Amino acid sequence: MSTINKHGLLIIREIEPLLPGNVSNIKDRIVSGIYRQAEDISAQAVRTESSYQASLETKLDGILTSRWLGFPIMLFLLTLVLWITITGANYPSQLLASGLFWIEKQLLNLFVTSGAPSWLTGVLILGMYRSLAWVVSVMLPPMAIFFPLFTLLEDLGYLPRVAFNMDNLFRRAGAHGKQCLTMCMGFGCNAAGVTSCRIIDSPRERLIAILTNTFSICNGRFPTLISLATIFMGTLVARAFSSTLATLAVVAIIMMGILTTLLVSYLLSRTLLQGVPSFFVLELPPFRKPQLGQILIRSLLDRTLFVLWRAVVIAAPAGALTWILANSFVADTSIFALIAGWLDPLGQLMGMDGIILIAFLLGLPANEIFLPILIMGYLSAGSMLELDSLNALRTLLLDHGWTWITALCVMLFSLLHFPCGTTLYTIFKETRSARWTIMAALIPLALGILVTLIVNQGARIINCFSAGFSG
Amino acid sequence: MVIPNSLSLIDIPVGDSARVVNILTIGANRRRLLDLGLVPGSRVEVIRRSPAGNPTAYLIKGTLIALRNEDARQILVDTN
Amino acid sequence: MIKTASLPVHGQEATKNFVIALAGNPNVGKSTVFNRLTGLKQHTGNWPGKTVTRAEGTFFHRNRHYTLVDLPGTYSLHASSTDEQVARDFICFARPDLTLVVCDATCLERNLNLVLQILEITDRVVLCVNLMDEAKRKGFRVDIDMLTHKLGIPVVGTAARSGRGLSRLKNVLDDMVAGKIVTTPQQVVYDPELETSINEIAKRLTPYLPDWINSRWAALRLLERDYSVLDHITDNKNKNYSPRILKKEVALCLQ
Repeated sequence: MSTINKHGLLIIREIEPLLPGNVSNIKDRIVSGIYRQAEDISAQAVRTESSYQASLETKLDGILTSRWLGFPIMLFLLTLVLWITITGANYPSQLLASGLFWIEKQLLNLFVTSGAPSWLTGVLILGMYRSLAWVVSVMLPPMAIFFPLFTLLEDLGYLPRVAFNMDNLFRRAGAHGKQCLTMCMGFGCNAAGVTSCRIIDSPRERLIAILTNTFSICNGRFPTLISLATIFMGTLVARAFSSTLATLAVVAIIMMGILTTLLVSYLLSRTLLQGVPSFFVLELPPFRKPQLGQILIRSLLDRTLFVLWRAVVIAAPAGALTWILANSFVADTSIFALIAGWLDPLGQLMGMDGIILIAFLLGLPANEIFLPILIMGYLSAGSMLELDSLNALRTLLLDHGWTWITALCVMLFSLLHFPCGTTLYTIFKETRSARWTIMAALIPLALGILVTLIVNQGARIINCFSAGFSG
Repeated sequence: MVIPNSLSLIDIPVGDSARVVNILTIGANRRRLLDLGLVPGSRVEVIRRSPAGNPTAYLIKGTLIALRNEDARQILVDTN
Repeated sequence: MIKTASLPVHGQEATKNFVIALAGNPNVGKSTVFNRLTGLKQHTGNWPGKTVTRAEGTFFHRNRHYTLVDLPGTYSLHASSTDEQVARDFICFARPDLTLVVCDATCLERNLNLVLQILEITDRVVLCVNLMDEAKRKGFRVDIDMLTHKLGIPVVGTAARSGRGLSRLKNVLDDMVAGKIVTTPQQVVYDPELETSINEIAKRLTPYLPDWINSRWAALRLLERDYSVLDHITDNKNKNYSPRILKKEVALCLQ
């Protein structure tokens, strides 16, 4: 109850004797009174000319939420959206990359001819500009495809059906039914997903939704997953199917993320955030013809450019920092290599190495710069390199001792590690609590270390066995 | 309190409709249910259950609204 | 051009910014109406102290400048959720020049629940019955004239997705702001026992309330034991609050 000031108390004192005793009865009578009037007016103003029965829409609804087809359709649509995003983003990404790196060459020439000091050229062009160019060319095309597709499904009215289908799982996990919607939003961008948790009224359940949002693979992590999936899974089949298999591998990681979301929600609602699921009402609005123009404008302005701008703002300083670390030397070793050396033992235990871990750490500002930092680390070239093909990347990774176990562990750790800086900042803004923000980083990180440890050790044992058999 | 011979909304099979008699929920949630149009006397049609059987979608005053079964259990109805 | 903004109150009509609150149930096309009216002149932020997104947009019509504030979509204004509280507080205490309620022609009864609640707060209301095309397709015929007559406020039928009815809506909004339309809003009549309590409490409340707060509405909130309303009322430093009443209160307190 809010604190009532002096005037308010006085009024209450005067009014109190007039208030009848049974409050809940009065509330009922007030609502009933309003509805009676509403019914009365609408009865006079609305004429039903024909009964509206089992139309196409109702049949469609029946199929989308049916016992047997509900889940397969959801899985199919998810795969389809990702496949369109992955396939469609390929060419524009290359085009953007070549354009932006052509500009880089011109800028580099300009700096050299104008006699700028090499450290300045390094920080500005090889650090800042390169990471910006990478983020824009890698992020923009998939987002410009993914967000409109997502908004299209939203506009059609499909998302409430997804929530309707999946609610039972969330209910059992002690979470709010709408968490399904915030989870979907997280696939676009975790920061946007965290903000969307506002639709959940109960503070306990909103916190659960916020803390688990990072388990939705976001657009910043898709490129990493897609590249690694294509390199290590795609080569198993013919070239024509490689992007399909890569898509399926990414879908598998997404499904694992959803399972983790449910599991962590379950654990949280029985430990730190105990309580019963709060009352939940889900409106299933009629399907409506989407407004394509509005979808494009809204998703490009409100989502794509918004997310891209944030990434750009963060990637520029991160790029500069990376360049400085890689080009500052203590004795003969760069600081970058030094830190990588410290982290290496831990990385080896988790099926990875020191450079991979440092790439995850430096990727804190924005997940999309993970891969460029990794490449830079391996090449030790002191600046981010755009390899001209995935084949070159494959050779580079194999040269540094990567196996399918390494790729799997990196993909798992990409799913299960701390959220990006923007998301953490958003979590802090939404929860206004440093404690929960730290928890939001620690929970997935602890899980990630645990899972990669188990997978790595397990895979080694299996490898030993199979080696024993074949030997 | 046990009310003899009382049906709740979850007892109504899909495709049938019933009239709201009373709501057992108390507090703010009672108000939310009332605000949705579940006032005594109003008609509710059971439209479909989700794949897992919970929640269930009801047609309430022209709008399709899903309620979890444990919440719907608190809504007493008769089939007249 | 000569600036008129520095002129005293009477000259401000032309440069004044009119604030319109946009209310409605969820999924009635409220954001479509919002987008159609304001185009790209929008910006979003937060409601002060709340984690609820606040969208605002502006538009010009017949030489008047309007700010449209998109309230969260709610079924009711009983303040049982943050969304409802935000919507109610804005309509009641922020005193917008107008409240535009968007409702769904295919389920009018549910939507009228909200409309009637808003009419208890303010009489400066325009009703936009949206999705008229969908209603027609589903076999409903909504009698706009009958609604206007029954509710005592201007009612405009629209199909916002195709833009139909929106220019008429803008004209009606403008006529309301210009004072060309006088509303006689329909009040909900409760059961006789409740009516007696409402009237008695409203009578006692009136001297404490600024004249822009409907005492009948305030009485209803007190009947529900919703005291947060009082807090708002007394927090408002209104000029109508005479020292004489204050003295009387202090005297009451000392008794």
